[in-house]
Amino acid sequence: MTAAALPRAGDRTLPRPVESAIEFLRLLSKRPSGLIGFIGIVFFLSLAFIAPLFVPNQESGDITQLYETPSLQHLLGTDNAGRDVLNQIVQGGKEIISVALITAFLTTLVATVLGSISALVGGRFDAALVAIADILLTVPPLIVLIVISALARPTNFLALALVLSLLGWAGLMRQVRAQVLTLKERDYVEAARSLDLGLIHIVFREILPNMRSYIVIHFVLAMTGAIYAQVALIILGLVPFSGKNWALMLYFAQTQGAFYFNDAFWFVFSPILAIILLQLSLVLFVNALEDIFNPRLRSS
Amino acid sequence: MTPILSVRDLSIDYRTRRGPVHAVRDVSFDIAKGETVAIIGESGSGKTTLAVSFIRLSPRSAKITKGQILYTNDKETVDIRTLPDDELRQYRWSECAMVFQAALNSFNPVINIWEQFADTARAHGLKDSKKIHARAQELLDLVHLDPARVLTAYPHELSGGMKQRVLIALSLMLEPQLIILDEPTTALDILTQRSIIDLLGTLRKKLGFSMIFISHDLSIAAELADRMITMYAGTVVERASVTDLFYRPRHPYSVGLLRAVPRVSGAMGAVASIPGSPPDLIRLPPGCTYVPRCPVAIPACSEREPDLLPVDMPDHDARCIRWKTVAEQVGNAEVAVAEKIATA
Amino acid sequence: MSVVDVTVAGTPLIELDGVSRSFKVPGGVITAVDSVSLAISAGEALCIVGESGCGKTTTGRMLAGILRPTGGRLIYEGKDVWAKKGTDLSAFRRAVQLVHQDPYASLNPTRTIFQTLSAPIYRHKKAKGSRDAMNRVRHLLQVVGLTPPDDFLGKYPHQLSGGQRQRVAIARALTVDPRLIVADEAVSMVDVSIRISLLNLLLGLRNEMGVSIVLITHDLAVARYFASEGRIGVMYLGRMVELARSEALVSDPAHPYSAALISAIPEADPNITRSKERVRLKTAEVPSLLALPPGCTFHPRCPLAEEGLCDVLVPALLPLPGPRGPREVACHVAIRERQPAAELLA
Repeated sequence: MTAAALPRAGDRTLPRPVESAIEFLRLLSKRPSGLIGFIGIVFFLSLAFIAPLFVPNQESGDITQLYETPSLQHLLGTDNAGRDVLNQIVQGGKEIISVALITAFLTTLVATVLGSISALVGGRFDAALVAIADILLTVPPLIVLIVISALARPTNFLALALVLSLLGWAGLMRQVRAQVLTLKERDYVEAARSLDLGLIHIVFREILPNMRSYIVIHFVLAMTGAIYAQVALIILGLVPFSGKNWALMLYFAQTQGAFYFNDAFWFVFSPILAIILLQLSLVLFVNALEDIFNPRLRSS
Repeated sequence: MTPILSVRDLSIDYRTRRGPVHAVRDVSFDIAKGETVAIIGESGSGKTTLAVSFIRLSPRSAKITKGQILYTNDKETVDIRTLPDDELRQYRWSECAMVFQAALNSFNPVINIWEQFADTARAHGLKDSKKIHARAQELLDLVHLDPARVLTAYPHELSGGMKQRVLIALSLMLEPQLIILDEPTTALDILTQRSIIDLLGTLRKKLGFSMIFISHDLSIAAELADRMITMYAGTVVERASVTDLFYRPRHPYSVGLLRAVPRVSGAMGAVASIPGSPPDLIRLPPGCTYVPRCPVAIPACSEREPDLLPVDMPDHDARCIRWKTVAEQVGNAEVAVAEKIATA
Repeated sequence: MSVVDVTVAGTPLIELDGVSRSFKVPGGVITAVDSVSLAISAGEALCIVGESGCGKTTTGRMLAGILRPTGGRLIYEGKDVWAKKGTDLSAFRRAVQLVHQDPYASLNPTRTIFQTLSAPIYRHKKAKGSRDAMNRVRHLLQVVGLTPPDDFLGKYPHQLSGGQRQRVAIARALTVDPRLIVADEAVSMVDVSIRISLLNLLLGLRNEMGVSIVLITHDLAVARYFASEGRIGVMYLGRMVELARSEALVSDPAHPYSAALISAIPEADPNITRSKERVRLKTAEVPSLLALPPGCTFHPRCPLAEEGLCDVLVPALLPLPGPRGPREVACHVAIRERQPAAELLA
C-alpha cells in the first residue's frame, strides 16, 4: 500500500453511505450468482410485501374448479377448495418472511450483545455463557424446537419468532465472542483504552463497526435457518396457525392428501418452489457478500 | 564475457480497476558471473515486482508489456519471458533460485524442515531419499546450522535468523548460478543480520554464484554489492559501482536517499528526509517522476522523462539531465554524501 | 537503586524503580523484564535499544501503564502509580501515551481521521462545542505536519500512507496533553526516506511542548540520531546493561554487548563497513528466556567473561566514571577496570 494509489487531495467524495452503496452494487454486478441472488431477494420481498397491496385476498374458491392445472385464469392452478394457488403464494410470503426477519434480528442482536460482553468481561461470566451456548449447540435443534413448540404453543408469528431465536443465538454468539477477543487486542483498541474512552465507546465505536460485514452475513444466514425451522414446524402440524403461509399450504396439502393426486401437483409444488427459490436467493447473495467483504478475495 | 542475466527494457503493468499500474518501466541492466548487484528502492519503486519476474513468479494480474529477460548459462541464452513450462521448471532452482524474506511466512507451518527439503528436491527431480538427506545435511552445514537439530524442527521452533539460513540452504540445493534475495536482512536483529551478511559473503566466495539483492536497506548494498541500482517509481534512476553510488551519486534521489539514512560511525552529517511522497503509478507525470521532490529540478525536467545518461565516471549512468549540477554538489571524494553536504 | 539524571536537575517525571515483569508460558515462567531502574525527566529524549526478546517493548508498555509490573514500582510525579486504584491510574495513563509500530493497525479503519482525533477531545472535554473541537483537531494536524488539515479530516486510514498514519497516531496521542510519549518502533515500518522527518517531529514536540519522548528501537543508527542530545539504554535478555549518552555509547561502548552490537551494524558506507573490526562473540546462540544462564546472562557469549565471577554474580547497573560524562554499566570487568569494554577489547 503506497502513496502511489492514493486519491489526490481534493477528490470529490460522496457521502459515505451513498458511496458504499454504489460500490457495493458495482462489486455485486461482477459476481453473477450474487447478483441473481440479490434480484431474487428483491423479487420475493416485493412479492410478499408489495404485491398483496394490489392483489386482494381470496377467501373462498370455486368448488367446481378443484385441482385445476395452470390456465390463463389460474396461472398456478387451484387447490383442494378451488382457490387460486398464485393468489395464495402472493398472500403467503408475508408471514414466513416476517418471522424470518424478526428471528434473524433477535438472534443477531442477542448473539452480538452476549458475545461482545462475554469477550470483554471475561472471567466466570464468560465461562458460564460459553457453557450455556455449548449445551445449546450440542442438542439437536429440531427436537428441541418440537418440544418447545409443544409446550409454548405459539399462536402468532411473533411468538414463533421468539421461540426460534431462543435456540439460534448460540452459534453466532461463540463466533462473535471469538471475533471480539481478537479485535480487542488490536492496537487501535489499546489506544482507545489508553485514552480512557470508556467501555461503551470501545464496544460500539471501535469493535462492532469492524464486525459489520460479519454480522450482516450471519443475519442473512439466520434468515435461511428460520425459514427452514418454520417450514419444519408447520408441516409437522406443531404450530396451531391459521392464515396464509407457504408452509401452511404444504401442511394442508399433506392433510388433504394432495400428495396422492397428480392434478394437485401445482398446489404442492408452488410453495415448495417459492421456498426453495427464496432460500437459494439468500444463499447466493450471502456467498457473494463473503467475497465482497473480504478484501483479499476481491480480484482487481 | 556474456552477462549471465541481461534485462532489456523490461516493463511490467498490474491490472487494477483504476487502470494499469506501471510498476516497472524500461528497466535494463546486466549481471556478470560471480557479480553481486543490489537493487535499492522504497515501497512503490517496483523492485519486488521486478525481482519476481526473473523467475516468473509474478501474480496473475501482472503482465510484462515489453522487454526481455535474457539468461545465459554455459550452453545457451534463453528469454525467460517466453520459456516453455517444462524448461521453466528446470530453470527455476537449478539455474536461478529465490530466497524470500523469512519473516514473511515463507514456510509451510505444518511440515518440518526435512520435509521442506524433501518436497523441494522431489519437485525438481531428485528422488532418492538417502541422497536428499545427505545433500540436506551438507547444505545445513554450509549455512552453519546443526542438521540433527534443524531437520526435525518445525518452522515456528526456529528463530528468524535460523529460518533465513534454512531458506538460503534450500536455494543452494541444485547449485544455481544466480540467487535472488528479497530483503534478506530486514526484520532481523543486528547480530543476526551480521551473521547472515557474513554467511552470504563466505558462500559467494566458496560457490561463486551471482547474487541480486532487493532491499530498501542501503547498508546491505554497502556490505556485499559490487554494483548498485537505485529504483524510483518503477524505473532505474541510477546504475553504478557501489563505491561510485555511495560517494559519487549523480541522481538527486540517490543523494536524497543517502542523506536520509543515519549512520552509527563517523560524523552525523546533514541527515534529512526527502519531502513529499512517490507518484501515483497509474497517472504518471509527463516528465521526470522525481520533479516534485527534487531540489535541483528545472522546467525542462517536466517536459519529458530523461533517458539513462552516462555521467562523468565510467560504467555509471543516471536518469537526470541535471547530473552535472549534482556532481558539483557532491564531488568525487571518497566520503559519505551526508558528511560532504554538511561541510559544503 | 541508582538513578542517573543527566538532563534536568530535580524530581524525575517518571521513574522505573527495580521494575520486573514475568509471564507464565507453557514451558514455565519467563522474566521479560528484570529489575530495570530508569528515571526520565521532563522534556527528555531517551532511546531504549536491544534485539528481539530483550524486553524493551515490555518496558515501554509498562511505562505507558498498559502492563502492570510484577515487581518493583512505577513512580509518576512522586507517587506509586499502581498502589491505588481509580482515577489516579486513568490520569496517569493519559499522561503517558504509546505510539505503536504498525501504521496499518494503529488506526480504526472504519473511522475518519476527524472521528479518531475528536473522540478523546470530546471525552475529556478539551473543547467547548463542535467548532472548537474541529479547530483543535486542525491545530493538531498542523503540529504533526499534515497540512492542509482540511484535506485529511474526512479521510479514512486506508487513504493515507504509512508515514501519514503515524503522524495521525502521534496527533491522537497529543489530544490528551501527555507528558511522555513512548514510541514503540514507531519508525521501523515506515519508508526509509521519511524516517528522519518523523523523528524530527517527535524531537520537535519535545523542544516546543516539553513532552518527554522514549523511543524504542532495534536500529542503533536511528537511536544515535534521535538521542543525539540524550541518553540511550541498552537492554539484553530483560536487563538494562548500559545507560549512557548517545555519543559516548556509540564511540566508546562500556558494555561488551553494546560493543558487539555497534561493531556488528552494517553501515551505509562501503569503505567503513567492509573494513570495520568486529567484536567476535563466543557463540551466536541466544539463551532462551526460560533457561537463563546464572550470574551475568551475557557471560556465555562474552569475550571478557571471567570464570568464577561472571557466571556466579549478577552485575548491578553501576556508574562508570570517565571523560564521556555520567554513564552506567552492568559489567563486573568494566567496573573493576574502570574502563569501557570497547577499550578492553581493542
